[in-house]
Amino acid sequence: MLEVLHALLFSTLDAVPALVFAALGAVLSERAGVVFVGLEGMMRVGAFCAAVAALVMPMSLAVGVGMLAGAALAAVHGFLSIRWRSDQVVSGIALNLVALAGGTFLLESLYGPNGTPALPQAARWDVPGLASVPVLGALSGHSAPTYLALVLPFALQALLTRTPLGLRLRAVGDKPHAVATLGLSVAGLRWGAVLGGGLLAGLGGAVLSTCVLGRFEQHTPAGLGFIALAAMVFGRWTPVGAFLAALFFAFGDALRIGLASSAPGLLEVVPQGMLQALPYVLTLALLTLQGQRSSAPAALGVPYEQESR
Amino acid sequence: MSLEDASLDVSEGELLAVVGENGAGKTSLMNVLYGLYQPDAGELSVGGQPVRFKSPRDAIARGIGMVHQHFMLVPTLTVAENVVLGREPTRRGLFDLERAISEVAATCARFGFQLEPRARVDTLTVGSQQKVEIVKALHRGAQVLVLDEPTAVLTPQESDELAQVMRGLVAQGRTVVLISHKLKEVLGVADRVAVMRRGRVVAEVRAAETTVGQLANLMVGEGPRHGTEARAPTSLAGLSPAASRVEAIGAALPEAAVPIPGGQVTTGMSALALMGGVPPGAATERPVPSSEGTGPTGTVALAITGGTPLEASSERAPATSAGEALLEASGLQAVGDNGRPALRGVDLTVRAGEIVGIAGVDGNGQRELAEVVTGLRALTSGSGTLLGGPLAGLTPAKARERGVGHVPEDRLRRAVVKALSVEENVALGRHTRPPFARGPWLDFAGRRERTLALLEAYDVRPPDPTLPLARLSGGNQQKVVVARELDAKPRLLVVVQPTRGLDIGAVAHVQAKLREARAHGAGVLLVSLDLEEVLALSDRVYVLFEGRVTGHFTRPDYDERELGRRMLGAGTGHA
Repeated sequence: MLEVLHALLFSTLDAVPALVFAALGAVLSERAGVVFVGLEGMMRVGAFCAAVAALVMPMSLAVGVGMLAGAALAAVHGFLSIRWRSDQVVSGIALNLVALAGGTFLLESLYGPNGTPALPQAARWDVPGLASVPVLGALSGHSAPTYLALVLPFALQALLTRTPLGLRLRAVGDKPHAVATLGLSVAGLRWGAVLGGGLLAGLGGAVLSTCVLGRFEQHTPAGLGFIALAAMVFGRWTPVGAFLAALFFAFGDALRIGLASSAPGLLEVVPQGMLQALPYVLTLALLTLQGQRSSAPAALGVPYEQESR
Repeated sequence: MSLEDASLDVSEGELLAVVGENGAGKTSLMNVLYGLYQPDAGELSVGGQPVRFKSPRDAIARGIGMVHQHFMLVPTLTVAENVVLGREPTRRGLFDLERAISEVAATCARFGFQLEPRARVDTLTVGSQQKVEIVKALHRGAQVLVLDEPTAVLTPQESDELAQVMRGLVAQGRTVVLISHKLKEVLGVADRVAVMRRGRVVAEVRAAETTVGQLANLMVGEGPRHGTEARAPTSLAGLSPAASRVEAIGAALPEAAVPIPGGQVTTGMSALALMGGVPPGAATERPVPSSEGTGPTGTVALAITGGTPLEASSERAPATSAGEALLEASGLQAVGDNGRPALRGVDLTVRAGEIVGIAGVDGNGQRELAEVVTGLRALTSGSGTLLGGPLAGLTPAKARERGVGHVPEDRLRRAVVKALSVEENVALGRHTRPPFARGPWLDFAGRRERTLALLEAYDVRPPDPTLPLARLSGGNQQKVVVARELDAKPRLLVVVQPTRGLDIGAVAHVQAKLREARAHGAGVLLVSLDLEEVLALSDRVYVLFEGRVTGHFTRPDYDERELGRRMLGAGTGHA
């Protein structure tokens, strides 16, 4: 039993970083009041660029390329939603579609429909003395992103709650006019949050292709960006909350894979598709349970205009 | 932009009031002063030095602080966080909350404010939130404090307290600029008054040397204008009956004072009545034969019925001679948008031929009550009868069928379609019935004819039925809404904030129409945050506090002090 738990935790921690980074990116942007529906597209762009880059350069640099790619797509979102005050949801959906189609086009023209060649494996680190401890040992033996994913949520939480910048970001998401009357730049703060969110989304995508999957596939990230949005909502727009929600979703996914592989007979009773739908059904159920008691930033999705109060 | 060659200067340690109608440019001028807008031309100097403010940051740096009409506070943050936002104290790069709290506490203590720095702003009363705004400006070292319509949402007690705060600041050498349209308050607190009209400062007078009437006249400009005097005398309630002032009012409002139906009131009494806010003309609004055929001057006289101070109210017949009960409700409970109980057991009655006012500080269940009565919000408990049917299970369609008219709070969201033409908006909701339809077809000619008649009767400008509604001013849009609702001959009219944001002329007009509806036997349920308006119009007033009725007053026994106490929760079960 302990071994099963160990294995589940291990694969959860192995798979979770992409989800965590993406969810944190969404939290950062949305706390400042900009809807981040384009997350899936930013992850896809980040995953693709990182995978292509990883074929020709060291993996850490390739991940950086993926982050920049995510930020580039976020910049488009920034122009549309901050500069031109367009509908942020529509802008995000458009970005997702562009990334989907563009990614497929580039992938097929460069490598054919089966995805990029397999990438070199990321280095795994053992935590000294931890590997042999039952259950807790699941913390050992992961690649770098996992460890970053265990730290970054708390860092971002501290940024939002304990620094002047965080106070301003939260204020601009709740009441931008108050921020403007204090002589602070609403657009500047939101631009920072959106670009930061794009970097994190790109990081999530890059980690997904380079470390988790080991390649870029045609459907990457296959809805993970939307799960990350769900984690953000379920975590009530807080970094640590989103992190816990992401862990929960990743655990559910690990459970599914574990069930399918350890009990092949199960697949004869329950169709594979239904098992695969499990995390999403879980997401829906949880969001329903959470109900109306939303804690979304008050000015989320509302373009800032000086004249209107 | 609505400024045209406006000039203004303020001296140190002075309390200057800026008055003017809506749209006169008061707020625009202040936004220029605060760096939110950049002027196209002209110059600004502070302490004798010419300055250019590119953003509020520049204005703050030169010691100018602003308290906006709509509070600029982040509701989810604490008092201390709101006050220090933008200039947060830090320790090793991190936000130093403890120091922020002690700094804010120190500022509060220095200026005599009672505020808990750790309290979240959304848990505070409106009056306290306003103090946070003032502290925020003072904390930034504001020498010049601009307050934009600060008393619009305050109870009388809170307004008094604010006046003391402003005088206290001036006594400490700060300069205060007060933007207001409440002339009585302005005269009570200001040293000097600047009057704005159509983007210009048209007059500057010393408060001690002027009167409400003179100010009103300056505000609206020379020459009579339809109904424009309404607001000014409304503010007269409670003025000290100094004879000179009374005369001045009479002079300022000749057309209101002269035509007295019945004519038995002496000149002296008319002045007294005016000062008291109940013009002799008030008699014409009663549902008696003499009320018919009142000319436009009569309407003006009606419209200036003011705050009804006690000494004058005895002249007025009690209005409880109202007819059958249109709405009888007991134990009404409903849940607000935030999921919390908004109504916690409200009993009330509205009869035919009376205006029943609902007074209260914003957010105490008034909105939800109006929504329950119009079928927009479901009851969770309680029962009642509305125009012969049950109140439970009411839908907007049923309410309309039974004869409920509704002038909602947010007309753009609930009453009109901006993009449709005026005549289409007039037909909305009745578009399947004559004269707006004939058989299955819209009746363009009938609709045009009816709309033209209504535009004329309600003095909508411009009287063009084909214009998109969005092209009308707010006041004229509201007139269209009121025209449509009253044209349907409702038996019960529910009106919420009917005159908010309207200019003086439109306010007078809308209020006169509500009185006219009462005179024709309709019951009116009036919800307004403007206590003066509630008192001026209503025959009876219920005070709502946290979803309960905490007071019930019947004309003439209106005591503003007591009403204010009830609005803050004093006394329960009085109803």
